[in-house]
Amino acid sequence: MRPFVYEQPTAISAAVAIASRFTTHDDQPTRANAQFIAGGTNLADYMKLGVAEPNRLLDLNQLKEQELRQIRVTEDGIRFGALVRMGEAADHREVKQRYPVIADSLRLAASGQIRNMASLAGNVLQRTRCEYFRETSWHCNKRVPGSGCAAMEGFNRQHAVLGASDACIATYHGDFAQALIALDAVIHAEGSRGARKIPFAKLHRQPGDTPHIETDLAADEIITAIEVPAIPWARRSLYLKIRDRESYAFALASAAVALDLEGDSVREARIALGGVATVPWRAKEGEEALRGKRLDEASASAAADAAFAGAEPRRHNAFKIDLGKRTLVRALLETRDMKV
Amino acid sequence: MSQPPPNNALSRRKFMAGTVSAAAAAPLLASRAKAETPIGAQPKLRQPVVTSLRINKQAYELSLDTRTSLLDALRDHIGLTGTKKGCDHGQCGACTVLVDGKRVLSCLSFAVMNDGKEVTTIEGLSSPDGKLHPMQQAFIDHDGFQCGYCTPGQIMSAIGCVNEGHAGSEDDIREYMSGNICRCAAYPNIVAAVLQARGETRGA
Repeated sequence: MRPFVYEQPTAISAAVAIASRFTTHDDQPTRANAQFIAGGTNLADYMKLGVAEPNRLLDLNQLKEQELRQIRVTEDGIRFGALVRMGEAADHREVKQRYPVIADSLRLAASGQIRNMASLAGNVLQRTRCEYFRETSWHCNKRVPGSGCAAMEGFNRQHAVLGASDACIATYHGDFAQALIALDAVIHAEGSRGARKIPFAKLHRQPGDTPHIETDLAADEIITAIEVPAIPWARRSLYLKIRDRESYAFALASAAVALDLEGDSVREARIALGGVATVPWRAKEGEEALRGKRLDEASASAAADAAFAGAEPRRHNAFKIDLGKRTLVRALLETRDMKV
Repeated sequence: MSQPPPNNALSRRKFMAGTVSAAAAAPLLASRAKAETPIGAQPKLRQPVVTSLRINKQAYELSLDTRTSLLDALRDHIGLTGTKKGCDHGQCGACTVLVDGKRVLSCLSFAVMNDGKEVTTIEGLSSPDGKLHPMQQAFIDHDGFQCGYCTPGQIMSAIGCVNEGHAGSEDDIREYMSGNICRCAAYPNIVAAVLQARGETRGA
């Protein structure tokens, strides 16, 4: 591992000031010399592998702003401080009641130990598990821009069928992010250019020609909070995750679903898909296909077909299209049948 | 999660003032890595960082390379080799310890980030008279291991699982213990052990 200087700033402004002293505005946060660390479950792993090579770590756990550690429920919705740990949010009574899809997505992610360590903001920024990204001897456009992509002709069973490009087919493996994008969450961030809000759907970037640009954040920008708007009918929501083993594995396919029903028919549906796309994936085509329809197996299948209409399989991952559709159909029907 | 302030452990400042000789303290103080450090005294690469840990109710002061994981600090610097290194990448759970009462993976935690914290390892569970912790005894009673390599991590994780309130049913135990891999597949016996000890474990 590359040696690094360790600092513990005690205020957000101080953390931003140090980061901007050691980075430039063009630096990607994941490639900058100075990087932030909170839980460390993702970054420490990638530093050990030589994938991440910061020479300065700014530990955010001593920041004095207490709202970073709080979950606040208000009339406007729910606000998660960036340093809240995954396990705390998963066990939070009102999160479970008001937004089951959020609690499910956190409970089904990682392990008990990792959920105690990992912060919510760090979780949404977790990097891909693509084997060719993780192992530095392979060519990878995300890790070394322009070097090529070993996954294209490699073993790409885990890879994305939605949102891929000729440069990168690495999957975004997070779960929580699918719940957030489905519920129109907003990210609050602070950097040397001030504070701003970012719609969650704009946080992650599809790979295109620049897979090394993973998010919209600057290298000196810190996520301070994640806000989810009040959606009374989100009590009828869930996250369904399908994987190779029943627990402690990344999704092969997953679906975050929330439904506003009027009797049997759909007033509004929210759908996000995990395990199948390069970024957190909102399936608006699937949502539109259900609007005003009676929700049954046929309409759910039509919505799933619409959601995967643009899917492009590679050699080993074509199964994800069928699996992803079946996952979504089951998630829609189970959400319909929830007692709320 | 609010990070409790250093409690029982001596603060580094107090320790410096009271315990270390002046000659030793001067260079160590210069290594302090706080943001308010004046520009002239910026921390440098490869400069060891003094870290205070309270491990199994005993205070330790370590001078560490920032890259040292909590796991390596425990095993290589302190000699507490009960905590095991399996994958060293957060995938197996063998390195599980309690930090401020919560189970974490010591392989994915830089030791310097645990300054002032209370760490409990497998060595800290039994009573001074040698009586085993109820969870240790339950693993023996139910034959919850074969080779034993994952066992310290399993036991620490089981205690965390119970204290988090996630040992209500066999299904819950299986789900909330899934971060601990046992290649000998002693899983049914591990679940039985957690069921036996859960009543006596809370708060332990």
